[in-house]
Amino acid sequence: MVYDIAVIGAGVVGTQIARNLSKYDLKVALLEKESDIASGTTKANSGIVHAGFDCQTGTRMAELNVKGCRMMEEVATTLHVPYEKNGSLVVAFSEEEMATIQDLYMRGIANGLTKDELKIIEREELVEMEPNIADEAYGALYAPTAGIVSPYELAIAAAECAIGNGVEFLRKFNVGGIVYEDGNFILGAKDGRVIRAKIIVNSAGIFASYLLENFNGEKFKVIPRKGEYGLLDRSVYPLVTHTIFQCPTEMGKGILVAPTTHHNIFVGPTSLDQNDNMEGKHDVSVRDGALRTTYAEAQKSVPSVSPRDQITSFAGLRAHWIEHDFYIAPAKTNKYMINLIGIESPGLAASPAIAECVENMVLDTLDTKPAKKAEWNPSRKAPVFFRTMSPEERAELIAKDPAYSRIVCRCETVTEGEIRDAIRAPGGAIDLDGVKRRTRAGMGRCQGGFCGSKVMEILAEELDQPINEITKFGRHSDIIYERTK
Amino acid sequence: MNEILNYDLVVIGGGPAGMAAALSAKDNGVPEENIIVLERDVRLGGILEQCIHTGFGLTYFGEELSGPEYADRFVKLMDETKIAVKLNTMVLNITKENQVIATNKEDGLITINAKAIILAMGCRERPRGALDIAGTRPAGVMSAGQAQKFVNIDGYMPGHECVILGSGDIGLIMARRMTLEGAKVKVVCEVMPYSGGLQRNIVQCLDDFDIPLRLSCTVIKIHGLDRVEGVTIANVDDKMLPIPGTEEYIPCDTVLLSVGLIPENELSKQIDLDMDMVTRGPKVDEMRETSQPGVFACGNVLQVHDLVDFVTQESQIAGKGAAQYISGLRHGDVIKTRGQNGVRYTVPQSINLDEQEDVKIYFRVGSVYHDKRVVVTCGDKVLLNRKKIKLAPGEMENVIIKAKDIAEMTKDQEIVISIEEA
Amino acid sequence: MIERNLICVACPRGCPVTVTLNEVNEVVSVTGNTCPRGDTYARAEVTHPERSLTSTVRVTGGKAYIVPVKSSRAIPKELLFSAMKEINKATLEAPVHIGDVAIKDLLGTGIDIVATNEIE
Repeated sequence: MVYDIAVIGAGVVGTQIARNLSKYDLKVALLEKESDIASGTTKANSGIVHAGFDCQTGTRMAELNVKGCRMMEEVATTLHVPYEKNGSLVVAFSEEEMATIQDLYMRGIANGLTKDELKIIEREELVEMEPNIADEAYGALYAPTAGIVSPYELAIAAAECAIGNGVEFLRKFNVGGIVYEDGNFILGAKDGRVIRAKIIVNSAGIFASYLLENFNGEKFKVIPRKGEYGLLDRSVYPLVTHTIFQCPTEMGKGILVAPTTHHNIFVGPTSLDQNDNMEGKHDVSVRDGALRTTYAEAQKSVPSVSPRDQITSFAGLRAHWIEHDFYIAPAKTNKYMINLIGIESPGLAASPAIAECVENMVLDTLDTKPAKKAEWNPSRKAPVFFRTMSPEERAELIAKDPAYSRIVCRCETVTEGEIRDAIRAPGGAIDLDGVKRRTRAGMGRCQGGFCGSKVMEILAEELDQPINEITKFGRHSDIIYERTK
Repeated sequence: MNEILNYDLVVIGGGPAGMAAALSAKDNGVPEENIIVLERDVRLGGILEQCIHTGFGLTYFGEELSGPEYADRFVKLMDETKIAVKLNTMVLNITKENQVIATNKEDGLITINAKAIILAMGCRERPRGALDIAGTRPAGVMSAGQAQKFVNIDGYMPGHECVILGSGDIGLIMARRMTLEGAKVKVVCEVMPYSGGLQRNIVQCLDDFDIPLRLSCTVIKIHGLDRVEGVTIANVDDKMLPIPGTEEYIPCDTVLLSVGLIPENELSKQIDLDMDMVTRGPKVDEMRETSQPGVFACGNVLQVHDLVDFVTQESQIAGKGAAQYISGLRHGDVIKTRGQNGVRYTVPQSINLDEQEDVKIYFRVGSVYHDKRVVVTCGDKVLLNRKKIKLAPGEMENVIIKAKDIAEMTKDQEIVISIEEA
Repeated sequence: MIERNLICVACPRGCPVTVTLNEVNEVVSVTGNTCPRGDTYARAEVTHPERSLTSTVRVTGGKAYIVPVKSSRAIPKELLFSAMKEINKATLEAPVHIGDVAIKDLLGTGIDIVATNEIE
């Protein structure tokens, strides 16, 4: 099979690139080494659409962040992805820190933000916006256009849109080697599958620099930087409604307290540089005691945030290029391999702009411009969220399909119908975590203790697999083994 | 839009609590065709269906039954009545007007107007996330109850080499079940200096199979990328923090958690019931009526019991209370109950001063005591002073308050249970 | 005289029981129990310990794959694992009722393995 383009990595960037490319008469493959979309950095980050004042002026990062933030609302709305323009606050705890706030403000303006998009506020206004803020809070930088988006749902939605428009999704395709031969790339998966493509978009996140180096020896120093988080029960909301940053100090960037689009509150992330080897790139373990100090630091902004309300903890990795910028460029030896290196925060915010940028680079690379598809659908089938529906909407839905009247996940009120939809969707869920990311079944306070086995039953039925072959997240993440009898 | 039904009594939950409450309401005069039980599972019986070990019913039936057998006694009684049962039915909302909104595949959305509601939703297990265990998040970490369902209902092995964190009864029972089904249980770690489970379960589930119980010890880290590959355990100090230098790596493919049960009170919170911060259930009077008139609660949704027999007894009280409420009985002033000096909580949290019968107050202690006295006072009066050889947090205790004593109480007094020196 | 301290497992109360044995391992006295079952348990425990056994048995042709079972009375403790081997071989055909016998006279003990739930 020869594709026009192979996008490596189905994270929030790769999926949006695939979606953008699906507008054209091109044969596009989206390759993912894991069993599902959004399985790397995309599944474990803060979910913040940064306004763009934090990046160093003049960097690619600053440009794409500001642009991406402005694009996000439309992208999320079009794709039916949870998004909220909740605004962010960088809180200062002393008059001295207000100077830093002033610097950030100036930097934001230099980065192209308008005066409507950034505002320095006094304590009084801050307390009005966030009643639970610490007594020591002095003032803040308020960015009303900053938002939150569900990162994995954005990636899933973009992938569903792309697949719906003809992109082929190849999961568990772990690219082992890339060679260029007779005008085509040959990509070999570790399981023996081989595909060919004229152009490669290397958006493999933390592994992108590794793939590039293996291809042509080009070296980028990219550090897997770990961030650990504590996630709190939804009942805590509205402890805070804005994304609360702490004023950066010499000691670091501080700990966030912020809501997710589903109104869990989280604290984090920590920041720990890991070894730039395979172990470091895979290590998403939470360190013992790491969250104890995280909560203590978070309480500096919001004193009542408490580990007592925690329902889970997790860690994610960000691809930190030591130049601290996004590197988006063709390989030095081959203009047909476009690489995305160092896409860390604010990569999520920038992702729509990154996708657009790569789309244009691909078009420029092609000798003949491809035609646009006449029937391109910018969206996907809107997922059902039973929990947030009105009684009338619920009744109407149930009348159409009684599967929506059976609640499978109690904590998040997820119905059987939603779970079946998630499995049947283009590039749908094939494991427990895949269902969880799409429907929230198992994301609640019992963390799947009750619904896990029921979701497994539905997966087994839909996929026509024995139930003991259903995994948590692919690979060897078996949940149950052989029959007892 | 959807069906609206009217019932005198809606019982939410068809486990042992819900069934006993519904039957008791009928026995106390509520017309049986005016009672409905809503159960989310495919059959009545609740968690008893997966508790296939014996030990149930000694108090209530005077014989030792397995969980399904105990449940079946009540299912058969239910079958003999005209009490309506809706299975596979989940309650979505209850309102302050005692309206219940539920959903199932057969009826779609159902709205039920009730004169009285009995909450009998049971409890759930505390998950890993709440514990802050470091490490990865592989498959193979599950609650003991989840493993119990896999082994006892579905017939699958959830693991081959287990470490169990927490010595609650379900964890102990599962240590034995896994061992009998061919798995190796390497150790049971309990962060407290005492077990939260019954002594008999330590003897017959751990000692019998030479499974070590490590007290003041916990799992501090889970290892493994895909499936659990091992855990690091460590001893803890009196602040329950791991003691450096005591870490020990134990290879295993499964971690079972038995770290506590939490009453399932999401519905109770929807109608802002007064909650007890210790039991994590609603505050109730001796008839198990909550702060909302006509709403009663019983069983594990109210307080986590260690014996189903007591759930049955408590639920019969709630059924009777609901029947009295439906027939128009209203109470006046109450006297509050509370625990002190080692007594963590009391249920009921209040007693109606017009109560004509003796009232049993259940309580739990906060740590293990030997040779102490349980003392119950009201004002200056000592109502009870009883010697106890042993008191432990894992074992629910009770005292009886005599009706004649209640008759002499006033609303500004309180009934206090405490642990005193012998 | 030898004293042995036990926790009675006859019921969930878990009484601490002391059994006194003479030189030829005969029970001289049982103290600490609060009911006759405790006395019976303690005497058996020091001479021929017994446990009730519960597990599941494969069901054919029914709505469930397995049915829970128990031993009709306590079996000698040392037979627990050999009993499990028998239980793992046994099957019951649906419909199964509480009390249906899955294994008659388990390992020659005179004890049966019986179903403890209803399976359609």
